[in-house]
Amino acid sequence: MTTLTHPTLKKPNFNLKALLFNRSEKPYVHPYLGGFLLGLVLFAAFFLTGNGLGASGGLNRIVVYIEDLIVPAHVDRVPYLIKLAGGDKDPLDDWIVPLVFGTLVGGFVSGWLNGRLHVKTNKGPNISTRARWGMAFLGGAIMGYGARLARGCTSGQALSGGAVLSVGSWAFMFAVFGGAYALAYFVRRLWN
Amino acid sequence: MPIFPLPLETLLGKPLMYVLFGVIGFAFGYVLEISGFGDSTKLAAQFYFKELTVLKVMFTAIVVAMVLIFAMVGLGLLDYNQVWVNPTYLWSGILGGLIMGVGFIVGGFCPGTSLVSAATFKIDGAFFVLGGLFGIFLFGETEWLYDYWWNTSGFFGRLTIMDWLNLPTGVVVTLIVFMALFMFWGSEQLERLVGKRDLKREPRSRYVAAGALIAGAFAVSLIGQSTIEQKWSRLEPVKAPALANREVQIHPGELLTTMDNNRLNLIMLDVRSESDYNLFHIRSAQNVPLSELATAVPKLLLEPSQNTVYVVMSNDEATATDAWKLLTASSLPNVYILEGGVNNWIGAFTTEETAIAPASGPVADDKLKFTFMAALGDRYPAADPSPEEWKLDFTPKIKLQVNRDKSGGGCG
Repeated sequence: MTTLTHPTLKKPNFNLKALLFNRSEKPYVHPYLGGFLLGLVLFAAFFLTGNGLGASGGLNRIVVYIEDLIVPAHVDRVPYLIKLAGGDKDPLDDWIVPLVFGTLVGGFVSGWLNGRLHVKTNKGPNISTRARWGMAFLGGAIMGYGARLARGCTSGQALSGGAVLSVGSWAFMFAVFGGAYALAYFVRRLWN
Repeated sequence: MPIFPLPLETLLGKPLMYVLFGVIGFAFGYVLEISGFGDSTKLAAQFYFKELTVLKVMFTAIVVAMVLIFAMVGLGLLDYNQVWVNPTYLWSGILGGLIMGVGFIVGGFCPGTSLVSAATFKIDGAFFVLGGLFGIFLFGETEWLYDYWWNTSGFFGRLTIMDWLNLPTGVVVTLIVFMALFMFWGSEQLERLVGKRDLKREPRSRYVAAGALIAGAFAVSLIGQSTIEQKWSRLEPVKAPALANREVQIHPGELLTTMDNNRLNLIMLDVRSESDYNLFHIRSAQNVPLSELATAVPKLLLEPSQNTVYVVMSNDEATATDAWKLLTASSLPNVYILEGGVNNWIGAFTTEETAIAPASGPVADDKLKFTFMAALGDRYPAADPSPEEWKLDFTPKIKLQVNRDKSGGGCG
């Protein structure tokens, strides 16, 4: 008996891994060109919608949404959370939430088109991968706390408020650079 | 009349509006990624003076957007008063900024860049996002500890650099462009010295770009920014008929029911002199003499636009009408005039009050037509009439209009 092979019965030649990862890696654009394009996006946001860009505000709403699912009574007791999700308010019903999802998709598509999707950990040469993960989580927590305290992150305060000339946003921006430079020397082992 | 920013919610409806925000977010994420902001080592290099990509990208974006925004404002296409300017909370902003700086150098990202990093499958980026969510959660749970300080300390409202330095917009824009160019030059020198970068290989077209930025800043200065009078003259053809047809002059009875409606955020602005205000004023009306009204506008712009109603009043209507023009030209929505002013109000709500007597003899226009025994302010029954007691007939005129949803803003 001969084995019959029919082209339509063959396993489809579809490989998600190859589709995602086997693209040649392209270099990043020049910082000034990247900045110019970012400036155009920021301008378009303000011109069309009156709002700038943001990230931590959207993450905040996602956190409060989850809290509201698990402990709605608690959310209704904390004044700060009431403002976002008290009663029948939907914390996700805000422009910043689709913006954050768009940012994720945009980053992914760019990484894919330019061959920069790699499952890997970026770190300094003198730190273990696990330590880098711990530091990333710790830094993220500090950053998240500071961003809410400052009512915005690098995107929502520094970029957006900076471009429309808010005094508080400029003070904030210099504080971010100041804080990072002040500590950079003491944590140089993390990165060098 | 500036048509931008667009009234998106009325124009597109909510779902399509959110799609537009998603598209803007897509472009944002895409540009962050092609600039290398998904790589934590590239971001951290900023703080060891080896590669100042972060500073270059950020400041280029800020000055490019700034020049374009203020050029459009100057040309009358974009309404600056409807653009969200992050209110200044100086001390919490500076403290939060310092904390974020620490998080930046420890974790290697800021929130926006960590999203892009995680989206390109970088594990450290994903850990940073998780940490960020945890930090945000912690803030929400601990904010009550210093709620008062967080909401008041160093609060200056909508404070722009132009207001702070008392300089024209064009001058501020030009100064910031030069400051940015100086910082770019300094960054390149640091990259040459510390990062051993060969500056000869940098594209020469960046000099052209710098020249274009300076030209843009000069153009903003030349165009100038409209004064409130110019804004009103542009608005006059549209808005003057409402004034003439008495569509914005509300009856005292309507003001009384509006005061009683706690779904509305009513702001009553008494634009008379302080001495008249001290003699008699409606309870919870704020005294802002016409000459000081322009300086109060930045504060009023922070009021929620969905349900705020402004009612301006003078003794009759003349001064209040000027105030109405000023506030309308400043893009405040839902501004109304108290019909017949305070004189009409007192006439409508005074029965047998001995402390208030009609003035004897003729009174000039827009002056008080009553005399008072003492400057009792709002301690008269007529200053706070009961809505149950007084049922006056009137034609309702207040129609809520939403310019645009300003909630949130920035990172709200």
